[in-house]
Amino acid sequence: MVEVNIWQLYQSMLYSRLFENAVKDLWEQGKISGEMHLGTGEEAIIAGIVSQLEQGDAIAVDHRGTPPFIMRGIDPILLLLEFLGHPKGLCSGQGGHMHLFSKEHLIASSGIVGSSGPAATGFALALKYQKRRNIAVAFFGEGAINQGMMLESMNLASIWSLPVLFVCKDNNWAVSTITNDVTGGNLIDRVKGFGIEGYEVDGTDVEEVWKVANEMIYKMRNNGGPQFIHAHCVHTEGHFLGDPLLRYNRNPDLLAEVADSLKKYAGKNLDEILLLLRKIGGQTKKKADPIVIIQKKLKNDPDRLKQIEEEVNIEIEQKVNKALEIFEGGIKNE
Amino acid sequence: MNKMGFAQAIETVIAKAMEEDENIIIMGEDVHGLRLNLFARFGRERVMPTPISESAFVGAAVSAAMAGLRPIVEIMLVDFIGVAMDAILNHAAKISFFSGNNWNVPLVIRTACGGGYGDAGQHEQSLWGLLAHIPGLNIVIPSNPADAGGLMLSSIYADDPVIYFEHKLLTDYWLDSMGSGGRTTVSFNVPENGLEGEVPDKWQPIPLGKLNQMKEGNDITLVSVGVGVHRSMEAAKILEEKGISAEVLDLRCLAPLDVEELKNSVEKTKTLLIIDEDYKSFGLSGEISAMLLENDISFKFGRICTETTIPYSRELENQVLPNKERIVKEALKILRI
Repeated sequence: MVEVNIWQLYQSMLYSRLFENAVKDLWEQGKISGEMHLGTGEEAIIAGIVSQLEQGDAIAVDHRGTPPFIMRGIDPILLLLEFLGHPKGLCSGQGGHMHLFSKEHLIASSGIVGSSGPAATGFALALKYQKRRNIAVAFFGEGAINQGMMLESMNLASIWSLPVLFVCKDNNWAVSTITNDVTGGNLIDRVKGFGIEGYEVDGTDVEEVWKVANEMIYKMRNNGGPQFIHAHCVHTEGHFLGDPLLRYNRNPDLLAEVADSLKKYAGKNLDEILLLLRKIGGQTKKKADPIVIIQKKLKNDPDRLKQIEEEVNIEIEQKVNKALEIFEGGIKNE
Repeated sequence: MNKMGFAQAIETVIAKAMEEDENIIIMGEDVHGLRLNLFARFGRERVMPTPISESAFVGAAVSAAMAGLRPIVEIMLVDFIGVAMDAILNHAAKISFFSGNNWNVPLVIRTACGGGYGDAGQHEQSLWGLLAHIPGLNIVIPSNPADAGGLMLSSIYADDPVIYFEHKLLTDYWLDSMGSGGRTTVSFNVPENGLEGEVPDKWQPIPLGKLNQMKEGNDITLVSVGVGVHRSMEAAKILEEKGISAEVLDLRCLAPLDVEELKNSVEKTKTLLIIDEDYKSFGLSGEISAMLLENDISFKFGRICTETTIPYSRELENQVLPNKERIVKEALKILRI
């Protein structure tokens, strides 16, 4: 079996992070419109799995498509141009960050929560039917685990013994709802009910994710049915950039203002709201940042860490400059 | 008269109704945050955050309504209604009929809709035509705060299910969270009279199925709902400068539809231009023209609608959604000026 190459995984995770940091800058400058759901905080999960995919494997992603698209090798300039709404973007400026597609890479995304379940199931059905040794991966948040279509697709994948790797990226916040408050039972038990094997992993530890996924993918390529990974992580930017509840959380004056405006109502409910607004910042906690965690693991070789960071920084700067050059050259001239 | 925001008007009316009638409950994703004031006031028992399980909680709201509650169930964006469609299409809309009109479903489905902030075609659709197609549903689309409150009041106390649309360009918190995200580097074409406006001191229900004549005119009738009403008013102003007198009608409800007032207006102007942010094919614009033809009215006809999936790029989006330029151009074309 192949051994985990942690330096390569680090490079991939860092690339994704710095790329998304650049996307964040462009969004803040108003060059990217609408919502922007970053995958910052999910990099260890995505890298630990996508790095093990082969040509012909399929991926269905949710509304946080950037890290899997980057790590699957889709041209970052095409992604940037898409986010900038340019006709030369990956999807001609028609899709944007929630609706990314690359037919040649068999990777498709959707902004509808839970839809990656049926999508990966169908990909796996086609791959199995065509007698390939390929697998399909579904990435989704734990909010999606209560969506009917997700549970139905797990059952389908199970009865048809399809090679689907269901990957639940759990930050315990479904937008502003604490998922434990709205989720019955335990997810590993839940998928067991469908006859699917599941493992809980620390999704901030790329080595752990890689090892668990490696075993699962091996089984699936050898006529195994679906598998389930429950990976815990954080979202360093909250649900989306400009998350209003995080804005309250990060601004004590604003928080005091909200508390004040709600004081006229019942005390018990007010306490619950204030607790929520204080807690919501917890989803971004730095000590669970997978980049920080892997950098600590690799701290014995500071020169190599520094070198990788410099190289990645330079490359991303070049990609962003190139994309902006095309963007600022105007839409009509292109 | 007070001034009030669109969202605030809805909240004020709901708060008052909830105070008076304890059978009114709210459920939906993130309602503890989205309806912070109502949550603070009425607590988790009556403002119930749900998991992302639309097919289950909309289905449950239907039967909770059958068992005596008056639920206001939220589907965050109308684009997500696909997930809950069976509960709406085959249950909410049909139970009254199947039961021989003996068992009603007094349910409000509240949902945000509409584009103009660069979020693409899975988050910016209108879809009222799709829903108005189904017999048994009331379809309500307010365009300003006074109507938003008055129509919500009627919706809450309606005997049959209501789908109540809130356009995101009219709703400050939606535009803040999904459009700007706190940024000052982006701008949107927000209709000011829709976002904020005068509301009555004492709220009265506005009956469902009564259109609102926004502007009187003789040469052409512009018909729309939601943000389209404001785009029509902008276009009417430009037409006025060209010597064309446009009448502007805000339908406010698609079901029931105010056929009488539509007939009166088109009989007068003999020219109809429909402005619909929803899709063109098999929708509102075709239906209204067919209904007028059935009433033996002949008229010149045009329509400005969304014809494709709404693209992500702001530039492309501007071309796809109805705007005053497209309306004026089409008006001049059908008037042969």
